[in-house]
Amino acid sequence: MLFRQSGILPISYASARALFPVSADRWTVGLLLAVALTAPLTMSSVFLSTQLLPWLVWTSAVLGLNLILGWAGQFHFGYAAIMGIGAYTAVHGARNGLPWEVAVVLGGVMASIIGVMFAFAALRVKGLYLALSTLALQYVMDWVISHVPAISGGTQATLQAPDMRLLGQAITSESSLYYVALTWCLLVTVFMLNLRRTALGRALIAVREKDYAAAVIGVHSFRYKLVAFATSSFIGGVSGAILIFTFYRAATPEQFAINVSIELLAMVIVGGLGSIIGSYFGAAFILLMPGLMNSVIGWLAQTLGLSLGAETLAHIPNAVYGALIMIFLLVEPMGLGKMYANARNYLLVWPFGYARK
Amino acid sequence: MDLSLLAELALNGALSGLMYSLLAMGIVIIYKSSAVPNLAQGALTMLSAYLVLAFAGRFNFPIWASIVLTMIVMFFTGITIERVALRRLAGRPIIMILMMTLGLDIFIRSTSLAIWGSSGRRLSVGISDEPLFLGPVLLNRTYVVGAVVAISLFLLLMFFFRTRKGIVLRAISDDYIASWSIGISVERGVAFSWAMSAVLSTSAGVLWGSAQGVNAGLAMLLLKGLTVAVMGGLDSLGGAILAGLLLGLFESVASGYLDPLVGGGSRELVIASTLILTILIRPHGLFGRHDIERI
Repeated sequence: MLFRQSGILPISYASARALFPVSADRWTVGLLLAVALTAPLTMSSVFLSTQLLPWLVWTSAVLGLNLILGWAGQFHFGYAAIMGIGAYTAVHGARNGLPWEVAVVLGGVMASIIGVMFAFAALRVKGLYLALSTLALQYVMDWVISHVPAISGGTQATLQAPDMRLLGQAITSESSLYYVALTWCLLVTVFMLNLRRTALGRALIAVREKDYAAAVIGVHSFRYKLVAFATSSFIGGVSGAILIFTFYRAATPEQFAINVSIELLAMVIVGGLGSIIGSYFGAAFILLMPGLMNSVIGWLAQTLGLSLGAETLAHIPNAVYGALIMIFLLVEPMGLGKMYANARNYLLVWPFGYARK
Repeated sequence: MDLSLLAELALNGALSGLMYSLLAMGIVIIYKSSAVPNLAQGALTMLSAYLVLAFAGRFNFPIWASIVLTMIVMFFTGITIERVALRRLAGRPIIMILMMTLGLDIFIRSTSLAIWGSSGRRLSVGISDEPLFLGPVLLNRTYVVGAVVAISLFLLLMFFFRTRKGIVLRAISDDYIASWSIGISVERGVAFSWAMSAVLSTSAGVLWGSAQGVNAGLAMLLLKGLTVAVMGGLDSLGGAILAGLLLGLFESVASGYLDPLVGGGSRELVIASTLILTILIRPHGLFGRHDIERI
């Protein structure tokens, strides 16, 4: 259809190594990039700042979590805490007069340092116990953030983020905030796309498949686990900082609580473990779902003449969200990314199905 | 801090810790039979408390009748969960199973809140609020009853595992390929253990509901139940009782000393750090079986 080819058959080393071997993909990516770049001109500023921008920032965070969960195969149930560390460090840095860029990078580095502490749990245990210990670390981090006044600015407090200044330019308009988020998301995406093709990426996959076996073939599995935790924490920390600076504009402890961690995990699972395009889908799905659900339920209640209490209405999207996680795991455990890949593989050679690569 | 206050903290803590064991035993039963760490145990506890209230409130049943009815409903809820959600995930990576139980947790929690509302309610099972005097030490009556229930349920379970059905479950938990080959229906055994654990969660729901009111907070007991289960060893029922006792004692005393220093709310911190330390020092817990990994 769109692709018009019968399988991917590289004829030179350069084409075998290409990031997007199918030319239709290159066109699609180019087109999407053009749409993304011109979005401030073509889309309403409300849509831009309430839907597109948070989606991009959450996607970069999900990509970071996917690095540790999908690539390195290490559980991380405390990713929101990592984002929180980055966010609080960056906000404090910026409030104390550091330039914005330095503050954000500092946030990432701080998240990375503390993220490596999570990795020391990974030295000792794995699988279920690693999941539980990172879950417990999330609780500890929550507690520290909300109970140490020097960090949160007192209990029940919000910490106002100062205005952004990028390279000396004040960034306040909706579209420039959007471009900041877009740039970060693209950076992370390009990093992740290329990670698959590097020795580091292959080593991480080896560790994921079986860490002892990886050690036998000479991949220092603990070192790569540390690298994976540090890298993904850096991405998470910077994403958290950008989330605060471009979207929330103020930091509160609840923004990085345990349910946010679970939401991030849900994004990864719904999107697909280890799938980059899936991270985009998963973040969009989980972010859009509550709003969509609310309007669907409102419409249903109206047409059926039901009167639902405000509390019922408030909890139904959550119930649907839980049910969706379960349905995805039962129907397509590898998520939306896998569904996309299946459709693409089918269309790639359509109508010559026998030429499947 | 004087000695009688310390004794009071320690005793009440130990008793309430035995009530955590009620959740932990539910987690252990499921983990033993199918190696599924059930993160929905807190939600099940909350659901059962709401069900008891619903039966007692809507249909005006006496409280014991609604507890029995709830146990029956929970029995079938447990079987349904296993049949619909978890049977098809057998053999999948642990991350999928964890996410499934998390999804289940979110689903059960929000559905019960959507049906019954999140405002706290009282569940009274006829235990008076008067403290029990033991010399100079005041004990919470609910905790005393809870501890007695926990220990008797533990003894009942110990007895159950000596019966024919119990031996079948032990065989499954020991090696389920071997159980299959001698004609044990592993699926039914696992479903039965889910049902048992759901019934156990009713006792936890009723007791905790009468201790702290029925609200969304009941689902938060998951962390405590999980910590107890890990501390005792995820496949040891006796471990769950002993670890409950220890954790309750430690939590109560430590937070009793820490709260004035940090301005309250240190219980979660104590629990979470205990969980981390347990996993780092002795991941298989007090009496759990060592995991031996094949390459």
